[in-house]
Amino acid sequence: MAQTIQPTETGFRRPTEESSLARFLIIGLTALFLLTFLVLPLVVVFTEALGQGLSAYLAAFADEDAQAAIRLTLLVAAIAVPANLVFGVAAAWAIAKFEFKGKSVLLTLIDLPFSISPVISGLVFVLLFGAEGWLGPFLQAHNIEIIFALPGIVLATIFVTFPFIARELIPLMMEQGTEDEEAALSLGASGWQTFWRITLPNIRWGLLYGVLLCNARAMGEFGAVSVVSGHIRGLTNTMPLHVEILYNEYNLVAAFAVASLLALLALVTLLIKTVLEVRYGDELAASVRRH
Amino acid sequence: MKIWQSRPLTTGRRLVLAALIGLSTIGAARADVTLLNVSYDPTRELYRAINEAFAAKWKAEHGETLTLRASHGGSGAQARSVIDGIPADVVTLALAADIDVIAERTKKIAPDWQSRLPDNSTPYTSTIVFVVKAGNPKGIKDWGDLAKPGVSVITPNPKTSGGARWNYLAAWGWAEDQYKDDAKVRDYMTALFKNVPVLDTGARGSTLTFAQRGIGDVLISWENDAWLALQEFGGGKYEIVVPPKSILAEPPVAVVDANVDAHGTRTQAEAYLKFLYTPEAQKIIAHNYYRPRDPSAADPEDLKRFAPVDLFTIERFGGWKKAQAEHFGDGGTFDQIFKAGR
Repeated sequence: MAQTIQPTETGFRRPTEESSLARFLIIGLTALFLLTFLVLPLVVVFTEALGQGLSAYLAAFADEDAQAAIRLTLLVAAIAVPANLVFGVAAAWAIAKFEFKGKSVLLTLIDLPFSISPVISGLVFVLLFGAEGWLGPFLQAHNIEIIFALPGIVLATIFVTFPFIARELIPLMMEQGTEDEEAALSLGASGWQTFWRITLPNIRWGLLYGVLLCNARAMGEFGAVSVVSGHIRGLTNTMPLHVEILYNEYNLVAAFAVASLLALLALVTLLIKTVLEVRYGDELAASVRRH
Repeated sequence: MKIWQSRPLTTGRRLVLAALIGLSTIGAARADVTLLNVSYDPTRELYRAINEAFAAKWKAEHGETLTLRASHGGSGAQARSVIDGIPADVVTLALAADIDVIAERTKKIAPDWQSRLPDNSTPYTSTIVFVVKAGNPKGIKDWGDLAKPGVSVITPNPKTSGGARWNYLAAWGWAEDQYKDDAKVRDYMTALFKNVPVLDTGARGSTLTFAQRGIGDVLISWENDAWLALQEFGGGKYEIVVPPKSILAEPPVAVVDANVDAHGTRTQAEAYLKFLYTPEAQKIIAHNYYRPRDPSAADPEDLKRFAPVDLFTIERFGGWKKAQAEHFGDGGTFDQIFKAGR
């Protein structure tokens, strides 16, 4: 459509084109918002982190507790993201490809983690697995630790990041419909073959977006993890919790240094997404538009 | 189609179940001897020093490597975590009421815990003082000055913060002695809390609100946290005002019996708490701005910081059990005066 618009010397504009003032205002407003709410905080994080020189910045990562927090965060993401990958694909598949009773209820349930406060998500697990919780006595009798240990942190993270992959896939799979799969099946392909050869290639870009978003949130989650972690230094503190602890200990340089690492991880995630988009943009567009 | 449609779901479920079972065994595995000290907010620096000293001493005497882990937070919230099952070997909280709650609700701590160690199981004490801006522009000298119009006071929420409960009772005790009339005490407390613009959940949060964000004219604070803030933010910006009369704040310690028996760490946990009473630990305690029970080995320079104060104890309120219910329970005096002040 863009190429059909002809610039006119008389200055008349087409009714579908905004006035230059409106365009300027909208772009300016967006830029201002981005600057205030995204760029400025990032600048603050990095200036505070490097405020007392590079050696002070690096010293924050030499601390054993900081390293434990980084390891724990990566481990939690490494478990939560693949788990949600399986959950997300299964849930999106169920909703997009089949008709069944209670489908809308399932759809609402998938959105639940988005709509409730992460603190509540954490508390739910404490009420379920805590010593006074429903399953507490059973778990204690069998010496299984869930809350205030790695499993609790992983569970809370999975819960909070559950919708990212499913939400990314559902619209895509619904739009693609079931024709390809039906064709494959009618030609004699097995269920797994159909999944690996037809469905997966069709959804791979949406899936990748979902995984990247899910990963970013899994590493950055604070509220739910804070409730189930118990804040044991060097054991159950993730990076976001470690940032809070350092801040409360007046150790601002270290707090912002760890925060900057978190920000960097997020930026790397975005960078990967952008590179993939630029590189495979055509293929991406094609896979979405195929139907 | 019906045949394969449910397969991915069950496979997914199975995978996750397997993952969970695997995880819980990792969580349950314990390496060499580890002690977990669940403590309250302002003790971070103190226990970092104590843990280092005790681990070295234990290694020298028993040849065993002890890993001492710490968890910090608001005292009430930390008690809640122990109730919910955090595997604490020892608790070192802001006030006896928080340990009582654990003992009552979980039976994990013996009811007579407070008589098991000397000095009410409190190896160090502190008191409640004021932090003001350099030069004390509002002329804050005593508790009465906090209720004056135009003075902005920072103190945390007594519902969640142990320090805030000591602050509250210190003010209440002073007012009782001053006015000798219950209605006047309540008027004073109402006026005081009318001057509080923000109630943080913990003592450290309030200190940051005052010192970092520059809100308020006076911070009511643990003496130890006040000195620490002075050191962190530079002596030139703030100063400490010690009121003539205040409360003797006793933060107690206890072994969590059920947990140490389950972990097989009773010997180490008891030795750890007893260590707090040794001259070596008392010296560290004084250096970290807590008032030591035994000042004999402490550095005289550290002791100079502790101004003489006329101290009253929690006993004048009938002990923590009574004070907790009367002042901080639902509908207690805090709820009443806070509502009246709004």
